[in-house]
Amino acid sequence: MTEQIQIDFDKIIKSADISDKDIEAKKKYLKKFIEKGFPNRKQENWKFIDINQIIKKNIGDLSFFNDYSLPNKIDPSIFVDGFEHNKIVFINGIIEKIDFNYEDKNKIKISNEIEKKFLFDSENSLIDLNNAFTNKTFKVLIKENYSLKKPLIIYHTINEKIKSKSINLRLDFELEQNSSLRLIDFFADNVNKNFINILYNFNLKKDSILKNYKIDKFKNDNLKYSFNNIEQETNSVSETFILSAGSNYFKNEVNCNLKGKYSSAFVNSIFSLQENQQHEIRTTVNHLAENTKSYQLIKSVLGKLSKAAYQGKIFVNSKAQKTDGYQLSKAILLDETSEFNAKPELEIYADDVKCSHGSASGSLNENSIFYLMSRGLNYQQSKELLINGFLLDVVEKITDSEVKNLIKNMIGLKE
Amino acid sequence: MDTREKDIEKLKDYKYGFTTDIENIKAPKGLNEDVIKFISNIKKEPEWMLNFRLKAFERFKQLKEPNWQKPKYPKIDYQDLYYYSAPKSMKDKPKSLDELDPKLLETYKKLGIPLQEQARLNGIAVDAVFDSVSVATTFKGELTKQGIIFCSMSEAIQKHPELVKKYLGTVIPTTDHFFATLNSAVFTDGSFVYIPKGVRCPMELSTYFRINASETGQFERTLIIADKGSYVSYLEGCTAPMRDENQLHAANVELIALDDAEIKYSTVQNWYPGDENGKGGIYNFVTKRGLCKGKNSKISWTQVETGSAITWKYPSCILKGDNSIGEFYSIAITNNHQKADTGTKMIHLGKNTKSKIISKGISAGFSDMTYRGLVDINSKAKNSSNYTQCDSLLMGNKCGAHTVPYIKNKNFDSNIAHEATTSKISEEQLHYCQQRGLNAEEAVGLIVNGFCKEVLQQLPMEFAVEAQKLVGISLEGSVG
Repeated sequence: MTEQIQIDFDKIIKSADISDKDIEAKKKYLKKFIEKGFPNRKQENWKFIDINQIIKKNIGDLSFFNDYSLPNKIDPSIFVDGFEHNKIVFINGIIEKIDFNYEDKNKIKISNEIEKKFLFDSENSLIDLNNAFTNKTFKVLIKENYSLKKPLIIYHTINEKIKSKSINLRLDFELEQNSSLRLIDFFADNVNKNFINILYNFNLKKDSILKNYKIDKFKNDNLKYSFNNIEQETNSVSETFILSAGSNYFKNEVNCNLKGKYSSAFVNSIFSLQENQQHEIRTTVNHLAENTKSYQLIKSVLGKLSKAAYQGKIFVNSKAQKTDGYQLSKAILLDETSEFNAKPELEIYADDVKCSHGSASGSLNENSIFYLMSRGLNYQQSKELLINGFLLDVVEKITDSEVKNLIKNMIGLKE
Repeated sequence: MDTREKDIEKLKDYKYGFTTDIENIKAPKGLNEDVIKFISNIKKEPEWMLNFRLKAFERFKQLKEPNWQKPKYPKIDYQDLYYYSAPKSMKDKPKSLDELDPKLLETYKKLGIPLQEQARLNGIAVDAVFDSVSVATTFKGELTKQGIIFCSMSEAIQKHPELVKKYLGTVIPTTDHFFATLNSAVFTDGSFVYIPKGVRCPMELSTYFRINASETGQFERTLIIADKGSYVSYLEGCTAPMRDENQLHAANVELIALDDAEIKYSTVQNWYPGDENGKGGIYNFVTKRGLCKGKNSKISWTQVETGSAITWKYPSCILKGDNSIGEFYSIAITNNHQKADTGTKMIHLGKNTKSKIISKGISAGFSDMTYRGLVDINSKAKNSSNYTQCDSLLMGNKCGAHTVPYIKNKNFDSNIAHEATTSKISEEQLHYCQQRGLNAEEAVGLIVNGFCKEVLQQLPMEFAVEAQKLVGISLEGSVG
């Protein structure tokens, strides 16, 4: 792999238009990645699901070359119908379209200056990979006191030209004081067997609100990795919702730094997995200031041969008195071959805190099925009703009613 | 420290191989094949035992010291340790209680430990004060009548080699982790218990009743076998503070429960935790593992961990037999600069297996407490269930409490429930108690005891009372 990656890297550098300084930085990241390679189960964070093995098994030889000079056509059929929204369209790792038609243009600034600092000493080799190979990176800045009128949907698509490739994306967002953003990540992949590595960095200033919804619904054979870093200042709120269902492999990492007083973070997530899918969510919430709050709810429904893992960590600094932290993970295993792993972790250094977690996993309650069947439903219907009710609980946590309805329609959940 | 220097002086004179002087038997410093052969030789062990040790040592050489745990400690030089020294002669021991540290005596008084016992605990020439031999023999007679074997490991190797050979290393094999393997190679002594078929052991077995138990050294090895339909309750340690010259303790404990058998293993650990500034203290790196080998068997661990500078142990149950049950009740208290990383592993392999984990952690001062546990339900363990509850209490903002549970469910018939909370003692509760005339320390003691009640209940009666007092004493100086 080492030789191939170096050749691919040189090819990209030659064809792309990047400054010398950036090339130097990229070379450094590449060196770091080559030293460490893809993460494997020897690393604590990758203990449950080993990405290295999965790439070997599903893709085999991964190619890192991506010809950014080729033109791509946007297929409008992927756009969400009957829902007014702003768009960013990614095709094969390149931003093809940025469209803020519904918004005041003066209030949004798009630039190329991304945050570099926080990722330098990262232990995560996938972040190094991302830094080495991302083409153009953008930063979206929402100015003071401005709330986007319509949600922003980021479409992630890949077309037929791409196969067995590693695709890297990077976007930064900065929300200035008292601004707000609703962001939907929508995965619409047409082709298979690629490894997609997405890195978002959010900077939330005082009183700002970020709502991020990740929707991976359509069945595909791609492997995805997504890392959200969220820095939060005083009284800011972040809400992350993840529907993890479509890809063959998907690992979502959310890292929240609650740096300002009264800031809060919410992570809600659904795993709905079928045959051979392996998904994972890893959250780290760092409570670094007083009166911060975090809440996490993870629910999983696991079919035949599927595997899900949840690793959640609440860290409370000794300064972060009056912290309120909560994690709950629940899983329903539908088949004898399904597997659920959890590691809900608490690391606490302050005494005046309220932190707790709960984790439960098991099969569908036979008594409930019996109850429904005795009222005239058949076995399949009863099962579906119970599962829908189980998952609806998470969707109901979405605080934005517009997006909530959209997601309900998308996954066919009715009240 | 003095004794250590003396030992070194002695070693300088050492020229011609291992000394045979009974009073001063001591293996030279360091760890190598010769030392292991020496230990085996001095204990007159059969060849299979020596091979067991050597096999472990071979493996040990390839292992690296683990470093994933939370409490870090300075590097131990394994070549700088003595792996065998005979029990000290009566001459070196204190002659009377007056020679002891007054602080220690104070603690004894608070715990309500009788004078005779205090003497025994400190290894004062007991026969002068307290006729332990006769007490022990009375109990021993009763046990022998029932066919129960309760003796030291060395004795068992000589007298019951067939049992030792059959079971030793079946739960903690010689190919296990770093410290367990080290123990397999160099263990000196420990307890051996065998309960025959259908026998219910009439009393709580305790190391206390075994002669020479106090000098088992730093590498203790315990093996308890409960044959079909039998029951035994075993107590280890005691509430009184124990001092020891050896800093590293790496004991191995193996429990085997056959069909319908039940083993209850209780530990109260109160080794020297170091002084207020975190200097000194014992490293307690113990491997404890129980195997529910037969159907309907049960193993229950109860532990109260208040001592040691660093405690690092996970008493585990392997639930292999169908319908077997594993339980783990734990209280871990850390104060000053103590560190504890403790928890359990419940490995469900058989059908209808059940496990329960109740863990209470209390940290005060500058200490750190970690609960680390694994619940693993195998795909064949149909209809199994686990319930875990781990609560932590924090006192002060200089200490830490951490929970790291690993939950693996590979079986859709099985249920796992896990709950954990972390909080501090509420001001209202403290206020209420103080209003009724308790001082702050007593109030904390009372509340903490309530917090630990579920675990304290599991301890045998006379132990429970002492343990309750111990909980209060361990937290002394942490409030106010």
